[in-house]
Amino acid sequence: MSAAGTIERVDHDRTRPAAILEVSRLTGTLNTARGPAQALRGIDLSLAPGQTLGLAGESGCGKSMLALAVMGLLPAGAQVSGSIRFQGQELIGASDAALCRLRGNRIGMVFQEPMTTLNPLHRVGDQVAEPLRLHQGLSRASARAEAARLLDRVRLPHAAQSLRAYPHQLSGGQRQRVTIAMALACGPDLLIADEPTTALDVTTQREILELINELVAASGMTLLMISHDLDALARIADRMMVMYGGSVVESGPLDAVVTERAHPYTRGLFAARPRWSALGEQGAKRRLQTIPGRVPELADLPPGCAFSNRCAWTLDACRAGLPAALAIGPQHEARCVRLNEPGFRS
Amino acid sequence: MTPVVLALHDIVKHYRRPRQRLWAPGPVVQALRGVSLQVRAGQSMGIVGESGSGKSTLARVAMALERPTLGSVRWSGQDPNALDASDLRLARRHVQMVFQDPYGSLDPRQRIGQIVAEALESSAVAKAREQVEESLLAVGLSERDADKYPHEFSGGQRQRIAIARALITRPRLIVADEPVSALDVSVQAQVLNLLADLQEALGLTYLFISHDLAVVNHVCDEVAVMYAGRIVELGTPGQLFQAAAHPYTRALVGELPRDRPGVAHGPRRRLQAQTSVRVQAGPTLESGACAYAQRCAYRQARCQVEAPELRVISQGHQAACHVAESVMVEHLGEQ
Repeated sequence: MSAAGTIERVDHDRTRPAAILEVSRLTGTLNTARGPAQALRGIDLSLAPGQTLGLAGESGCGKSMLALAVMGLLPAGAQVSGSIRFQGQELIGASDAALCRLRGNRIGMVFQEPMTTLNPLHRVGDQVAEPLRLHQGLSRASARAEAARLLDRVRLPHAAQSLRAYPHQLSGGQRQRVTIAMALACGPDLLIADEPTTALDVTTQREILELINELVAASGMTLLMISHDLDALARIADRMMVMYGGSVVESGPLDAVVTERAHPYTRGLFAARPRWSALGEQGAKRRLQTIPGRVPELADLPPGCAFSNRCAWTLDACRAGLPAALAIGPQHEARCVRLNEPGFRS
Repeated sequence: MTPVVLALHDIVKHYRRPRQRLWAPGPVVQALRGVSLQVRAGQSMGIVGESGSGKSTLARVAMALERPTLGSVRWSGQDPNALDASDLRLARRHVQMVFQDPYGSLDPRQRIGQIVAEALESSAVAKAREQVEESLLAVGLSERDADKYPHEFSGGQRQRIAIARALITRPRLIVADEPVSALDVSVQAQVLNLLADLQEALGLTYLFISHDLAVVNHVCDEVAVMYAGRIVELGTPGQLFQAAAHPYTRALVGELPRDRPGVAHGPRRRLQAQTSVRVQAGPTLESGACAYAQRCAYRQARCQVEAPELRVISQGHQAACHVAESVMVEHLGEQ
């Protein structure tokens, strides 16, 4: 896409009323041993019903913090400001009781490590049935029947017998299927999946991705999927958001982000992967492009643009303050002060 | 041709699982069912396969950490399993290993200097220190890091420390078991570049185990695809990824998203449930059939009764499939 077109501040106040999740100017500060850490720095995002959003970035960029903030699960002592609206309801400052009514009910969650998500002392059937009894007031028997149906839906082999299994009797992929069944139990409107495939075997990863894809398409759920695996996100998301140092450095439709890679960090991330296109090419042995340095601790981010100390295009202006989000295409924006320079985006 | 640093000949490895009934012996798992391969000095051999295919058993046998049930291992012509304990100790300096998890493989209570120097038997402390510093510098760390503890380092730096530890005995062969799988993308690239630089500078030989085909393609001169304890295809990355001759390799390669320059991944790539790729848990004993037959799209009557042997398809390219040629032709035709 050409760099032509007027570049303007994105107006986040004009929100589409249809959004199921609306996050604006969200900041979050955590207390760490090294002092306050700016885990979230002015996050804006809006998700329409049925959209699938992939959130990319390396560990320590604040991806999981964003997910935890949406669910009201940030660690004690975290200071949050801004706004998170879920189906029009403000979640920041909402009571625990109100959040509990949403979590596991309207908002389903799948985490990275299924063994720590599941309670090792309870049978998986009871764990899948728990949200049903809690949120929908089902009787023990009907919750159990529903749990069997859910386990079957996530294609757990021998679902009916597996109700009585303990988590340790299942393989990693099977456990992840159980946690997905738990997340889906109450038919949530929003599913948050935080690295759901990272702890799994490659081929199992594919199956789980396939399952999530299928369930999301069938139920019309909205999906927020977090992963550092760009390929996994590219398979599942309509939109992509790249985070670095607690802020969203680029967000837009999947295709636009993948092809344009407007922000230098997005570019660096994609370039660091051994390229698929080189697969099988003779003499593929060559140096990979790297991003110098490493992801800074959230407690000691450089001033201004968090990427400025690793970026090849840094100017003084980069360190002056967090760059504004600039529109560079339809629903596509990035936070970089040099975006509109001729030749910067090639 | 450079000399052969590692040669495995017809390796079979059985494990006996715990007994399930009081009077019956436990079931036998055939982790490796006749694996042969050779790695020449300065080359990188990649081993690809899903978990349960025998990759890690192969690494352990190659390192002489496990004795094969049948078959032989040669380190530059020497059989490590025939050596007595003290000679084996000496011979081990020529083969070193780098593990997947840089958090689990470094003792948190030891300083980096101790960790890196552990393989040295030198009683001269000053000389050990010198070697440690040299090793740390080679992997891009500083000599001051020798006095620090593992928790002071990031994942990528820890993997550098693990590599420094492997380098200190000046090995010929490094067995790397998923060395970059636990690292973030940008750090992964740094470590892969480091491995390439070290290979060039020190003439290292790698046995590189990974599930990531793009990484293997980037690093390796030759790749062996394993399935259910056997090598089903062996060749250069070019042969495997552009002209796969085994249906399993084809299924693996077919699953890859390819981003051609300038073209996007495409709008929401639908995942196909084509040949679902999963190993049957614990390959069964004598069946006579090809282990992949049940999942194979090219299955024929013959595959159920006669397991195909690894055979030469073209120069330097081997596959274990009765219909390898037609699989390959079809793969080539698709591109």
